[in-house]
Amino acid sequence: MQNVTHTPADDAPPPLLKIDGIAKAFDGVLVLNNIHIEVAKGEILGIIGENGAGKSTLLKILAGIHPPTRGTILIEGRTVSPNTPRAAGKLGITMIPQEFNLVDTLAVFENIFLGHEKHIGPILAKGRMKQRAREALDSLGADIAPTAVTGDLSVAGKQMVEIAKALCRKSRILIMDEPTTALSERETEVLFSVMKELKRQGVMILFVSHRLEEVRKICDRVLVLRDGYTISIADTAKTDVYEMAKWMVGRELNQVFPEKIAPDDEVVLRVDRLGTRGTLHNVTFELKKGEVLGVAGLGGSGRTELAETVMGLRRRTAGTITVKGRKRSLRSPRSAVRSKLGFISEDRQRQGLIMDFQVPPNITLANLRQYSTVFLRKSREKDRAREYAREFGIKSPDPDSPVRLLSGGNQQKVYVSKWMDTGPEILILDEPTRGIDVNAKRDLYYFIQSLAKSGISCILISSELEEVIGMCRRVMVMREGTVSGVLEGEDVTEENVMRLATGIG
Amino acid sequence: MAIEAKKRRFDYARWAPLIALVILFVVSCAISADFRSVRNWTNILRQVSYTGIIALGMTFVIASGGIDLSVGSMTALVGGVAILTLNRVGDGQTAVVAAAGAALLCGAAAGLLNGLVTVKGRIAPFIVTLGTMSVFRSVALYIAQAGEFRAESEAYHEIGTGYALGLPVPALVFLGLAIVFHVILNNTRYGRYVLAVGASEDVARYSAIRVGLVKCVTYVISGISVGVTALLVSSRLNSISSSSEGVMYELDAIAAVVIGGTSMSGGKATVFGTVIGAVILGIINNMLVMMEVSPYLQGTVKGAVIITAVLLQYRRTRGRG
Repeated sequence: MQNVTHTPADDAPPPLLKIDGIAKAFDGVLVLNNIHIEVAKGEILGIIGENGAGKSTLLKILAGIHPPTRGTILIEGRTVSPNTPRAAGKLGITMIPQEFNLVDTLAVFENIFLGHEKHIGPILAKGRMKQRAREALDSLGADIAPTAVTGDLSVAGKQMVEIAKALCRKSRILIMDEPTTALSERETEVLFSVMKELKRQGVMILFVSHRLEEVRKICDRVLVLRDGYTISIADTAKTDVYEMAKWMVGRELNQVFPEKIAPDDEVVLRVDRLGTRGTLHNVTFELKKGEVLGVAGLGGSGRTELAETVMGLRRRTAGTITVKGRKRSLRSPRSAVRSKLGFISEDRQRQGLIMDFQVPPNITLANLRQYSTVFLRKSREKDRAREYAREFGIKSPDPDSPVRLLSGGNQQKVYVSKWMDTGPEILILDEPTRGIDVNAKRDLYYFIQSLAKSGISCILISSELEEVIGMCRRVMVMREGTVSGVLEGEDVTEENVMRLATGIG
Repeated sequence: MAIEAKKRRFDYARWAPLIALVILFVVSCAISADFRSVRNWTNILRQVSYTGIIALGMTFVIASGGIDLSVGSMTALVGGVAILTLNRVGDGQTAVVAAAGAALLCGAAAGLLNGLVTVKGRIAPFIVTLGTMSVFRSVALYIAQAGEFRAESEAYHEIGTGYALGLPVPALVFLGLAIVFHVILNNTRYGRYVLAVGASEDVARYSAIRVGLVKCVTYVISGISVGVTALLVSSRLNSISSSSEGVMYELDAIAAVVIGGTSMSGGKATVFGTVIGAVILGIINNMLVMMEVSPYLQGTVKGAVIITAVLLQYRRTRGRG
């Protein structure tokens, strides 16, 4: 462990941000312990750690969402206590949260100035706000009109609006919590150039990401947390991703991806010339028994829409779906579940789990028929939940806790358990590793492999090329709502996938 | 740390309505001698049972994230239909049974109308039931020409005025129905689906739950409980007024549900809480009468209690955030 105890000379200016012995306990449990760090103007500090390491808690303390249990925060040598997000904002601290803070029904510029509207007398200065919003968006290289309706934007677009919002507030300290998870590689590049520009202007950035390569690339230093403790503070120039991963996990990481398994010849799912109004057209593919089929493509290429259409969540306007040799209408999620399809969607919080329910009712929700005759058999639900908790290693603070209180990785395990409980033969996983840490990812990869071994076919939708390439023998690439190509064996390479995904080269 | 994790904190939120009821009861006993009689208590129970039964059904609607404003007008219409059926069939037991059947069926049908329009039309339930509130009242007024529906059977009268097990029949029906509804909400698949839909419609849909059906049925349940109340009210008075019956029932029913601890945004509900909420309102009303507070001011107190209950609920959830 490296301890950083600067003793600056008396005439040196104090650092922009000094975190002095910050600790935080929830209900008597320490989640953050004695964090000390000084960050200078214009520095980009990476913060990494597994789920539950304390990253989010640290950020939330700075952003005025949680008060620290102990310790002080100093800005330019002065002790400050941002007790509310508004107070933090006044100090020049802005946080771009993982879950966006945007009102979908408002225009982009209205969101950017929400709570900080510009006025001429009592009248809103809409023209000036639009102008400023346009400048901010242009400087981000984002092609978004200030008057566009926010709800119509893609996830990447909303991300850009959040950043533009921070720019317009003249922030000195910018906190970015996993800003790149929803972005494509090109958008990430744009974001990085913006970060460099902000750095040049003297803005300090705290950057949290699970993607270590990115952290190494953009950050000056990196703070590694594990179980609430500081494990290391290192210059990114003097370390590499393997060392960072080792610090995070506490052990060496060997090969992350399990061995790929050859599928059976039997075709379990055949989708033929499938189309929907607006998004998908002419999508044709086959899935074999025990296969892990990768689906790659840029954001907006129709991957999620395809999964939702197959699951009966979206209306199909053309084409047929054949499950195990029988044509199925799949007009509702119910009929899809009856045909032994399962779908783990990318939005765990809004589509996956009921955050206020406890673990057992979440696990049984899609398969409740199994647990009831006239009355629910709650003890059976609990027994089954315990079995899954053992099998997947689900940890919860208390058996009666709502899943809201579980960490992201554990929530994901509950979500997987929920669909395993329906006994699927075909499982569609949409970005299953988003926002979970290295260890949990590895567990999930091995789990998918074990499913394939037992004859369950998987469709793995992912934006992380490495993941699709590492897991799948066959990868289907989508672009603009249709299949732009299917790669197999040796041909599954990053270049080939990108070529098909972008249609360039 | 392990010990702290195991130590269960007292779940204040869950017991708050019951604690409030006990305090209210003790205070009422202390300050009013007239309050301290079993006869008064059974009276209170009878008085609250009419809107209380409606509130039981309302609990399902609110648990699923909806609202039903039409229950008051529906009571007048359904009560009217019951009495018309009674008079058409004649005298004796058959007529009474026919009237009861008509009340339940008519209530269910009216509820189904609310449910279908809400689900199929994708219209906010507030608007739909605001509309049907007006429709039901106006149909009742039209049929009775703004007068009363008057029963011609003497046997009918006995349901609403009778006693069984030492309790007035309406109170007994109220408590019995509460047990049945509690079991449906907590121990059946349907009840679980109602809470799931109320907590998150999207998660429910992605979990292959037929969200539309689940919602629609909550309005039918609400309609059936209105049918029960309409039957009890009309038989107690042996008549029902098309203009004044059921006015503001929706307020009392929603108030009972909210005071009982059910979340207005859905997903969290308690049937016994609703019973407690109804009784709390009943005791407050009773005490205001005992203390000779102007009847015109009773609405003020009721309104204040509702707002306070929601305020407490809101602070609880916000404190956790």
